[in-house]
Amino acid sequence: MLMNTFQELTDAVEKGNRKEAARLTQVLLDAGTAPLEIVESALVPAMSNVGEKFKNNQVFVPEMLIAARAMKEAMAIIQPLLTAAGIVPKYTAVIGTVQGDLHDIGKNLVAMMLKGANFNVIDVGINVPPEKFIAAARENNAQLVGLSALLTTTMPAMKTIVDAMRAAGLNNVKIMIGGAPITQQFANEIGADGYSPDAASAVDLAHKLVAA
Amino acid sequence: MWPEFASGRHGTLMPKFTTLAISDPAQLRFGVAPKPLNTRHGMSIGGGIVYPELNFTLPPMFVNETTLPEVKRQYREIIDGALHRAVELEAPGVVIEFETLPPMTENPSWGIDIAKILLDAMEKAHSQHGLKSVLRMTPNDTREMERPPVMRSGMLWERMLETFEGSAAAGAELLSIESVGGKEIHDEALMMGDLSAVLFSQCVMGVRDMRFLWTAIDKIARQYGVHCAGDTACGFGNTAMVLAEQKMIPRVFAAVVRAVSAVRTLVGYECGCVGPGKDCGYENVILKAITGFPMAMEGKTSACAHLSPLGNIAAATCDTWSNESVQNIKLLGGMAPTVYMEQLIYDCRLMNQSLADGRDAALLYQKWMVNSDAGLDPQAYILTPRSAIAIAQSIVSSPDDYTAGKNAALAAIALLAEGHKNGLVKISELELPWLDTMRETVEELPAAEGEFIDQMMGTVDTEKFVPKDYAL
Repeated sequence: MLMNTFQELTDAVEKGNRKEAARLTQVLLDAGTAPLEIVESALVPAMSNVGEKFKNNQVFVPEMLIAARAMKEAMAIIQPLLTAAGIVPKYTAVIGTVQGDLHDIGKNLVAMMLKGANFNVIDVGINVPPEKFIAAARENNAQLVGLSALLTTTMPAMKTIVDAMRAAGLNNVKIMIGGAPITQQFANEIGADGYSPDAASAVDLAHKLVAA
Repeated sequence: MWPEFASGRHGTLMPKFTTLAISDPAQLRFGVAPKPLNTRHGMSIGGGIVYPELNFTLPPMFVNETTLPEVKRQYREIIDGALHRAVELEAPGVVIEFETLPPMTENPSWGIDIAKILLDAMEKAHSQHGLKSVLRMTPNDTREMERPPVMRSGMLWERMLETFEGSAAAGAELLSIESVGGKEIHDEALMMGDLSAVLFSQCVMGVRDMRFLWTAIDKIARQYGVHCAGDTACGFGNTAMVLAEQKMIPRVFAAVVRAVSAVRTLVGYECGCVGPGKDCGYENVILKAITGFPMAMEGKTSACAHLSPLGNIAAATCDTWSNESVQNIKLLGGMAPTVYMEQLIYDCRLMNQSLADGRDAALLYQKWMVNSDAGLDPQAYILTPRSAIAIAQSIVSSPDDYTAGKNAALAAIALLAEGHKNGLVKISELELPWLDTMRETVEELPAAEGEFIDQMMGTVDTEKFVPKDYAL
């Protein structure tokens, strides 16, 4: 019976049905299901399915975001219970657009998709100096930092941030980079741990980096 | 037709376009505009010749006090190489666009000094080789460096205007910008596929900012005897186009966003712009039909900056032909800006040869440009001369910007539905339901702008913008 409800919740989130997602979450909680189990067995698989469909060109970002909103509705019920029990997402990522650059649509997409994958995401915004990335990574015990840049003249700021983070002793924090002018070769040159060409593969890369 | 004058929101008289300057698709073509623009060196843009318009940027490097000498050297190298090639290929004239990088607008003297370097080289090429040229100055809209952006005051605003003023005083004859008013909520509207929010962003917020911004730029242009050229919905329509190209949003949605964007960009022409409209404004096709002013366009030659489904069709109505932007890096043929100058010149030669061979020849060449793209992508289909005029008509027939936005969207949706039904444009099965969804969304919107504003102010994230800067 409950297995059906898990599946129904997954389906509701995938379809972006917010009210149904909230209702089914409550049904599962009322039946004594552990909050984390709901996240891991229904919500994350839903977003994973939507992400997979997106990668296969079966849906567009709006459908994915509508699913994310339904997940958020469910999480609004679950989160206080997780917090009370001291349960936090396994991984935290700090993400931002580097100093001098104002472009944030790609960064926002990656942040949204990481949230869907149950990362705790700290979005530090645009035009972000190295010290702000460092402070946010420290304060939140981040395992991952994501840097975004669109301009050729802000690419060098990525190296400055990588160097500053390493100099600050954040050697265990993985750094991934992305943006229109960025390449894997550039990532290698500046000592970043990974490069992702698009938002969908950024989640795969993030998982790979934090698991390494 | 010259527009009627109507009382603007700021108490000044602003022209409102109520009829089309070009209503016959056969008259909406490249190289010819009803109101050509004449420059100091004798170029007549829209007067029967298509001119190359070159834009360029730096290779990966910092722009700061320390690197400024190298930055200037780079720009000197770019302009010398590009103009040298233009002279060798006997270009009838060139437009040079200097689109600053953010530090060059934050520090106006940097941007103005570089403009002077470009102008100096352009003057030398004119005096020594007779090469006609004109500089388009495009400072960044740095207001968005703050979040939420302060749109009507503050240091960023003042420095942006200072950059305009200093470059106009130095001799930049064409003033342009890729303005961002309304973008605060547009990115999310695109990502959510939310057409209501697109309309609110562009046709309520965007048009208000455009009136404020271009009234200020127009004052500078008048003071220095230069021209307001035009704006672009780059941050709106092109963001949509690039997202569609990456399969993030449907192409039909991006096509409708483009049609709506014409309403926003049109406001620049109500406030004194006379063309050539900014190159990356693909909505310029619609605006040429409305205003009769010449337009810059970019297509296949801008693949160095971004991909598009509009490579050929964009040239069908251009008066200057641009490459959007290319880094100053070495290619096998030479430095990239020089290489792109050559490509643009050859494209223009072909267009100009067809113009020289007479109207029929030009129309035949234009037909090939249009038909080679139009059936393959909805974003191209809405920019055929026939489609553009239909959308333009829906805009000038509307009593206000909000209604114009709705009508432009409905016109684009109807064109796409009809085109698909008649086998004229390919639309994927995955995207077809979006046509109905978008039409229903627009049809359900309130008739009155005030009611729409009330509705949207309760829906959009009002923390992302400063309502009073939009008179909201």
